[in-house]
Amino acid sequence: MQGINITITVLIASIVCGYLTAFIAGFCRLSNNIILRKLTGLYVEVFRGTSLIVQLFWLYYALPILFGFDLGSDFWAGVLAISLNYGAYMSEIVRGSILSVAKGQTEAATALNMSSFQRMRLVIFPQAVRMMLPEFGNYLIQMLKATSLVSLIGMTDILYYGDILRSSNLSQAPTVYLLVLIFYFILALPLIFLTRKMEGISKKGVASG
Amino acid sequence: MGEPIVRYENVHKSFGAVEVLKGINLDLKQAEKVAVIGPSGSGKTTIIRMLMTLEEPTSGEIIVDGKNLWHMEKNGQLVPANEKHLRQVRGDIGMVFQHFNLFPHMTILENCMTAPIHVQKEDKKSAKERSIEMLEKVGLGDKLGNYPSQLSGGQKQRVAMARALVMRPKIMLFDEVTSALDPELVEEVLEVIRDIAHEGRMAMVLVTHEMEFARDIADRVLFLDGGVIAEQGSPEEVFGNSENKRLESFLRRFRR
Ligand SMILES: Nc1ncnc2c1ncn2[C@@H]1O[C@H](COP(=O)(O)OP(=O)(O)OP(=O)(O)O)[C@@H](O)[C@H]1O
Ligand SMILES: [Mg+2]
Repeated sequence: MQGINITITVLIASIVCGYLTAFIAGFCRLSNNIILRKLTGLYVEVFRGTSLIVQLFWLYYALPILFGFDLGSDFWAGVLAISLNYGAYMSEIVRGSILSVAKGQTEAATALNMSSFQRMRLVIFPQAVRMMLPEFGNYLIQMLKATSLVSLIGMTDILYYGDILRSSNLSQAPTVYLLVLIFYFILALPLIFLTRKMEGISKKGVASG
Repeated sequence: MGEPIVRYENVHKSFGAVEVLKGINLDLKQAEKVAVIGPSGSGKTTIIRMLMTLEEPTSGEIIVDGKNLWHMEKNGQLVPANEKHLRQVRGDIGMVFQHFNLFPHMTILENCMTAPIHVQKEDKKSAKERSIEMLEKVGLGDKLGNYPSQLSGGQKQRVAMARALVMRPKIMLFDEVTSALDPELVEEVLEVIRDIAHEGRMAMVLVTHEMEFARDIADRVLFLDGGVIAEQGSPEEVFGNSENKRLESFLRRFRR
């Protein structure tokens, strides 16, 4: 079936950009700079408080009209919407994980005369990442599901072709959608496997006290 | 011995509206071993945390090796220290915590060699060699590749000591390092501290409830009470016949 490669490229680009956004926004929310902190806070609330479909339509339809600002392609509009949306959710995981590393860890690192950057890089961040992994894994699968929305802005992904097939032959609708379902599940399998693996890694080596 | 290696000058510390330390004056001589005793909540931990830069004094000065710890000079004026200044001054200080605070994502060996490599810029090979040597010295030469979660409390605390010692501090701070341990594990940790103390090079401040141990290794004992050093002297003086009533009643609890 066609459309798989679209779904996969949108997914991979969204994962990369989404994680990137999550880390950048997560760190900004922990920054000492009040303006940076508030601005990222606003971004997170706006993107968590509104629906992904609306954000997608905004980026694809409204932005070019209102500001004459065109993202250039439906591909980037889709990827940007998904990564900004999930980046907002995941930035909270980044922030929460970093904050939940025990205070004694920072103190021990200080007692070894590490700089604040070294404390983050060598002690806090490696432990925080282990805590993020299971949740990040769950969001991988959610992002895969979210990619189906790009068919709404005319991208020719799996769901789009499913729709086309169905409209050409209505009686086949159940079979077609069953196929679509199976495709998504097959795509999700490696992600589920990865999530398990991430959970396994995260069980080792996190400060509990 | 000349200049003290650490000097507290009228140091006060408040948490919110509560003044915990009400003017601490203290000279720590090179290589001197000082035990700090006192009732719970009297501020023993706070005193050494301020020296480790984990807590900032509300007022007063702490001088380390002739350098002001919490203030630096800028255009001829004293201003609050920045991180760079703190790092310059606290480099000779090491600390061991009540709850170990080992890095759980690193092996025992990595726990020890990370700071020498990244903080002191020592080359990897020699940092590793020295770390192994130090871990052997505290009796953990066979656990190098283990993670902290695989060790007993006593073993963890010995790793924490090795980790501090490879940094070659001139001053070592111990905050009730045995009070989180099962009773049968206390002695192995005290043994290591005794060994370091007898080598004699470092100044040591030990906050402790182990009175026997304090009497054993301390050159001087401080009794902290009511936010000040209420009594101090040699172990004989403090544990002998002190006239201080509160010290007497504090010590009586340990005699039973
Ligand atoms: N970060 C903090 N915020 C508020 N109050 C604090 C803080 N740290 C310590 N205190 C208070 O300061 C007082 C002195 O604390 P400190 O831990 O120095 O006492 P301590 O002598 O070490 O007691 P213990 O023997 O129980 O360890 C206590 O009343 C404590 O509640
Ligand atoms: Mg204490």
